[in-house]
Amino acid sequence: MARIGVLALQGDVEEHRASLRRAGAEAVAVKTREQLDDLDGLVIPGGESTAVMRLLERFGLANPIVQRVRSGMPLWGTCMGMIVVAHDVADMEQPSLDLLDVTVRRNAFGRQNESAEVDLSIPALGSKPFPAIFIRAPWIERVGQGVELLASRNGHGVMVRQDNVLGTSFHPELSGDPRIHAYFLAMVERARRLSRKRSTAA
Amino acid sequence: MEQTGTVTVKRGLAQMLKGGVIMDVVTPEHATIAQEAGAVAVMALERIPADIRAAGGVARMSSLELIQSIMDAVTIPVMAKVRIGHFAEAQVLQSIGVDYIDESEVLTPADDKYHIDKHAFTTPFVCGARDLGEALRRIAEGAAMIRSKGEAGSGNIVEAVRHMRAIGDAVRDLHAAPKEELVTRARDLGAPFELVAEVARAGRLPVVLFCAGGVSTPADAALMMQLGAEGIFVGSGIFKSKDPKKFAKAIVDATTHYEDAKIVAEACKSLGTSEAMPGLDVRNLPESQLLAPRGS
Repeated sequence: MARIGVLALQGDVEEHRASLRRAGAEAVAVKTREQLDDLDGLVIPGGESTAVMRLLERFGLANPIVQRVRSGMPLWGTCMGMIVVAHDVADMEQPSLDLLDVTVRRNAFGRQNESAEVDLSIPALGSKPFPAIFIRAPWIERVGQGVELLASRNGHGVMVRQDNVLGTSFHPELSGDPRIHAYFLAMVERARRLSRKRSTAA
Repeated sequence: MEQTGTVTVKRGLAQMLKGGVIMDVVTPEHATIAQEAGAVAVMALERIPADIRAAGGVARMSSLELIQSIMDAVTIPVMAKVRIGHFAEAQVLQSIGVDYIDESEVLTPADDKYHIDKHAFTTPFVCGARDLGEALRRIAEGAAMIRSKGEAGSGNIVEAVRHMRAIGDAVRDLHAAPKEELVTRARDLGAPFELVAEVARAGRLPVVLFCAGGVSTPADAALMMQLGAEGIFVGSGIFKSKDPKKFAKAIVDATTHYEDAKIVAEACKSLGTSEAMPGLDVRNLPESQLLAPRGS
């Protein structure tokens, strides 16, 4: 069984853990560097990006996460999580982990009164629309080379993947639809197979 | 299909704030300090509870100019307070686009009998509660988030502890109760049966539960998180302390790592000899000055 960490500095951690368990993974809360060691994948949940970026640096988690993901560990950021891993944030001097070559715009769909439930077309998941929950959500304004745009809402990118990094503007952990958690676990399985192959070859 | 103002998105924003600290601020400069310290949201108001207490008189919704200037200063969500039952103040706050409305006992109640019908709004509401029955009545009216009432502006954690324990004990009790008791339990709690049954099944409130009222040190925050709070409101505790920047960061660190006493200790040490806000003995306050009993 894959062991997935959910970054637990702040945000909707338990919702992700419950969804991952339902999708068949072990899901652990991660607050310290040591807890990163034996993970097969990491989810950065919804929350507030300014608060979490400060805590990532304050408690020495930023660099270890970057190293693990650069060496192949799959990572999925939802909403705040995607902002934290983006290359940069439009019109803001906000630090980020720069693991996903996109520019995001924070609160791009509006403040809370514009938060919405949307039937979203995601061709990679089949023809049935995905019940996407957007909360003060960001959108993706620029997509770098090698970044696959998986879904858009009103012409703005809201789901992307670059190799082992997945980003969504919305919150699959709140919708009860398990397909994106399953999609991420499939990425984790591929990465595990690859690393097993590498270690046998060595 | 695109739908705004659903129960899911209203409760959802509170879920995103979990594990975080929401700070009372009275100026855009305070709001910026709060955001840089790692606050997940700010509560915009003209006077913090300790000063409302000192000023006396009727406390109302803050000036819109002030709330707007705070909304313009930060990127994190901005909350603002309305008087209990004052749905017109709430309509006004919704129209300027605040992210959360606190129907708050800290302001002077406008209606001594009824609360606002919160289902009628797109903007979500947080409400205070002293026990499970009160929490479920507010949720039945449409509250998307619950906080303990505590005794705001007192710098004294005892009331918040009482409320968090009361809510936690009652939830655990319901979770263990046999099904045939639930109708009578609902009657005794003064809460709708459907919500009582939902709590009994899930073993938790259907919305996020924060602590509010009297948090003034990092250890206070760690205490409340260990008692089951999912996050912390700090009212007067930060900007009535001697060093707001340090207090703000220390309370955030202690809230994140509430179960790690070493980190909470570091947060306490980071304050050096800076003093927390002065506190009040709640038992010595005359009944007319108690805020928590307002609205039930």
